[in-house]
Amino acid sequence: MGERGTSSRRGADVPMPPDGRAGPPGAAGPPPPRPEGTRRSPNGTSARATGAASRTVRPGSGRSGSSRAGTGSQREPGTRAGLDGLDDLAALPGREGAGALNGSSGPNGADHPGGADAAGRSRGADSADGADRSRDAGGPGGPGSAGTGTGTAPGGKAGPGSGADPGGEAVGPPAEPVADAGELERVLAELLAFLRRRITGDYTVDEHGFDPDLTEHIVAPLLRPIYRSYFRVETRGLENIPDKGGALVVSNHSGTVPLDALMTALAILDHHPAHRHLRMLAADLVFALPFLAPLARKTGNTLACQADAERLLGAGHLVGVWPEGFKGIGKPFSDRYKLQRFGRGGFVSAALRTGVPIVPCTVVGAEEIYPMVGNARTLARLLGLPYLPITPTFPWLGLLGLVPLPSKWIIEFGEPVDTTEYTQAAAEDPMLVFELTDRIRETIQHTLYGLLMQRRSVFF
Amino acid sequence: MRPRRVLVTGVSRPLGAEVAAALAADPEIVDVVGVDTIAPTADLGRTQFVRVDIRNPLIAKVISTAAIDTVLHLSVLATPLGAGGRTAMKEINVIGTMQLLAACQKTPGVKKLVVKSTTSIYGSSPRDPALFTEEMEPRGLPGGGYAKDAVEVEGYVRGFGRRRPDIAVTVLRLANVLGPRVDSPLARYLDLPLVPTVLGFDPRIQLLHSDDAMAVLLKATRETHAGTFNVAGDGVLLLSQAIRRAGRPALPVPFPAIGSLGNIARRLRLVDFSSEQLGFLAHGRAVDTTKLKEVFGYVPQYTTVATFDSFVQDRGLRFTIDHELVSRVEHGLQGALARRRLLGAS
Repeated sequence: MGERGTSSRRGADVPMPPDGRAGPPGAAGPPPPRPEGTRRSPNGTSARATGAASRTVRPGSGRSGSSRAGTGSQREPGTRAGLDGLDDLAALPGREGAGALNGSSGPNGADHPGGADAAGRSRGADSADGADRSRDAGGPGGPGSAGTGTGTAPGGKAGPGSGADPGGEAVGPPAEPVADAGELERVLAELLAFLRRRITGDYTVDEHGFDPDLTEHIVAPLLRPIYRSYFRVETRGLENIPDKGGALVVSNHSGTVPLDALMTALAILDHHPAHRHLRMLAADLVFALPFLAPLARKTGNTLACQADAERLLGAGHLVGVWPEGFKGIGKPFSDRYKLQRFGRGGFVSAALRTGVPIVPCTVVGAEEIYPMVGNARTLARLLGLPYLPITPTFPWLGLLGLVPLPSKWIIEFGEPVDTTEYTQAAAEDPMLVFELTDRIRETIQHTLYGLLMQRRSVFF
Repeated sequence: MRPRRVLVTGVSRPLGAEVAAALAADPEIVDVVGVDTIAPTADLGRTQFVRVDIRNPLIAKVISTAAIDTVLHLSVLATPLGAGGRTAMKEINVIGTMQLLAACQKTPGVKKLVVKSTTSIYGSSPRDPALFTEEMEPRGLPGGGYAKDAVEVEGYVRGFGRRRPDIAVTVLRLANVLGPRVDSPLARYLDLPLVPTVLGFDPRIQLLHSDDAMAVLLKATRETHAGTFNVAGDGVLLLSQAIRRAGRPALPVPFPAIGSLGNIARRLRLVDFSSEQLGFLAHGRAVDTTKLKEVFGYVPQYTTVATFDSFVQDRGLRFTIDHELVSRVEHGLQGALARRRLLGAS
């Protein structure tokens, strides 16, 4: 599936000195021998590493490299820690990244976009297309160009490292402009292909209406700056989410607007090693509102009902649920961090029936984004809404009042609760369901208290 | 039980005609009797056509004289235009079914009944689960039109099943059928040069290829599978995506206005768009076909997307937005980028 900029992801994780260039890429010692097999080629993880001059594309990351590496690194040029960069260089099987870059920016630069195209975006139906294009563009370079294989001429040439390169691009800072130009170009090429896919309807949605293409290329990039720079979300305990198979993430709900759900989903998508999509269960109101309804389905939401929850869990998806619902998200500011009733425990019986683990999740910081000091109940009832918030800024400042306060967030995923020890019949035992529901609620409440104790201030 | 003598209702319509012709081509079937109020235009093979209105008790006579053992009820109409108005359509659908069922109940020789229904009985609402299974109740009963008729028809069929438990009753709930020869409201709608959509909504739609629809009906006739089955192609398509795949521009219209637009379109006979389809255009609908695959034993050959693509091809829909052109523009821009890059490198 999608390709995500590892570098950008890292960027949020690792504290870095303001100006740590990765040191000259060439300085990382002699390139380790490059076994043919390391080139995961048709999808060109490494061909992709190119542009970034082997910034951080972790080969093992399962997702093919880094279509967004470009974006990431462009957004924060030069913020990579020296050590980090070196690590990555060493970790990469062969710095063929740099090599291929040079190769392709050399005589047959022309086929780079084609190659990148075949590589990066050839998913499903696209692949034929992509291959096509790489053939088109690959004229000068011949068939074995950057996208497809290293063993061929350009790779060989670049093999000895950066020395072979005209202009000595790989020797430190001078390499930057060209590498960045490559990045920019690749990003543009990807953008073009994305636009083509959208215009011609060449993407797939699943039966719930989830559109990964849109989520990964539009929604997630829009949320990422909010996640990283505005709320400065700190994510903990991601190892508690399984890499594959069904699991149910149960979280507290707060903040008047369900930004906490979006941030949790983005945290898992960006920072979990398997980059899983969190499929969220949303209230039916969401699907009745114009504009919000289609967007909710396309970003992986579905109706919070037993049937949908079990269908998703049974199919091995990672499902997120906020059992407090409107009671939680629309509670007054004075009740902040006090968990409300956890629904009727439907999520527990869904997990029991499908035998998936329940991962409690605690979000701190979302309560303060829109401190709800009042509730315009009458107006809300007129509009058919569960609540209509009045905050210190909304509606007094108009649209400006919609800007959330920049609180500092912590999202912590707790120890999973195993449900395999129970039989299928356990889902029919209301006592057990209530007990488990309470247990999970307690866990989250205690984690909330713990995190609040650790927090130095709301905003830092 | 292998069917020997089959009665097919609604043979003047494309699906009925095709099914009748296919059954007539089967040497194991002794007699195929087709009934409808208007004479079929298509060639039905050796099918005997009897011009009889199923609303008329005469149908009982046809069934008993021909010693029918299997009844295929396909004449539940989806569109008022063909029937001559909504009232006539409702008459044919509901009263016709009641008469037909009454006739079947009286005739001891009838052993099997296959009824073509529709997935629109599930309605469309924002509170719908992602996929409907056969035993789910609709969240809101369809307000009118075809869907309401189908709900009533199914109700009578269930009652019939209780009264004659010896008859195997198969109810097939078909999703929107598209195919080279099918002229459905959805087909006409998607064929508009500018496709009006509901502003702010993007429904999931599910399609069934006419080949699959026919195969399912034939299988239900030849074999015995009592029960209710959802029939639809795998996967879903978003309406916006379908419109893009067909190379059309969409025209989003606010919810209140689209009803009147639909009325105007119906007056102009552009498209037969009735108000109960409005909910569908806003919220869409998808059904679970696991039971079809596992119990009934049929896997649709065409997915929803494949159905739509073949529909676009077969119809030779005029592309308003040419996909070739889009691809060429993309190539051109990429070429330009590459050249720029070459310059930068040298």
